Amino acid sequence: MNITLTIIGMAVITVFIKAVIFILGDRVAFSTLLKKALSFVPVTVLTAIITPMILSPHGKGMELNWHNPQLVASLTAVIVCVTTRRQLPTIIIGLLVFFGWQFLLKQ
Amino acid sequence: MPHPSPLSSFIAGARDTLPMLIGAAPFGMIFGTLVATAQMHAWQGQLMSLSVFAGSSQFIAVGLIASHTGMLVIWLATFIVNLRHMLYAATLMPHVRHLSQRWRWLLGFLLTDETFAVMDRYYRYHPHAQYGHWYFLGSGLAMYGNWQCWTLIGLLFGAIFPQLQTLGLDFAMVATFIAIVVPQLIRLPHIAAAATAGGVAYLLQDLPYKLGLLAAITLGVAVGLLLSPLRTSDKTTKINTEQT
Repeated sequence: MNITLTIIGMAVITVFIKAVIFILGDRVAFSTLLKKALSFVPVTVLTAIITPMILSPHGKGMELNWHNPQLVASLTAVIVCVTTRRQLPTIIIGLLVFFGWQFLLKQ
Repeated sequence: MPHPSPLSSFIAGARDTLPMLIGAAPFGMIFGTLVATAQMHAWQGQLMSLSVFAGSSQFIAVGLIASHTGMLVIWLATFIVNLRHMLYAATLMPHVRHLSQRWRWLLGFLLTDETFAVMDRYYRYHPHAQYGHWYFLGSGLAMYGNWQCWTLIGLLFGAIFPQLQTLGLDFAMVATFIAIVVPQLIRLPHIAAAATAGGVAYLLQDLPYKLGLLAAITLGVAVGLLLSPLRTSDKTTKINTEQT
């Protein structure tokens, strides 16, 4: 019951955050500086989320070595993305390298 | 060439989101498998995907529920982690402000990292697309349906094979985000902003309630802004194309 209430609260908070700007519409104006700041948001948020997952996948210190499949597959994905500029090959090759590398390490 | 009808725009939006659907699939599945470890009922896991529809905050919430964290802390973490959607909405707002309230609630609810990436690119190429909101709906509903399906599959598999979570399926999120971020790293300020955010997030990852993430975003944006004035002679930054 408590968990259900927690989930409903999360939903209300999230829907509010996502929709409030769309709903207010013209009643909010953004300065040039704010717009410029916004252009940096996606790259910073997404990089901030994934960097710890890549560098310390077990949450205990840096794992800068070939035994870290997250690191190997991420580097591969970056190279694929830079060379092909296409999202689908980046994601698929990244995942294949990740699972392949993980499988090889367990042999 | 924007698409000529609501239906063709809707289909194009869903189609252009396909790479993101593949990336989100394992991520939704691992979410489903985690639910069983948090003393939650399967239907509560599905309810979370149906009503919250924000992957990273759902993961964090399940982790916090598993460690018996209080409701208010979970709500605070949800707020902080999802705050970025407000900034996504602000970026897209010029393109949806003419729509009815019902459309704006719907598109707001369907906003995710992935759909934002798709829409940001779409509006850059088609700033005046007549049926852009149908394209948006196609992308958003494709992500939503996909997320529900893979959550359900994860819930079913998690009940049968509890060892699934050790496979590292969450790497799918990493691969997806790399595919979103790397194409945007063309100019120095964006590269520096991303590098700062990644470095700070790594160094502060042990701070409670994802405060490290918030600090990383703030500092990353600040570094990007500080480096920008050096290049003010640029034609336009991508966001300046909108009318005020």
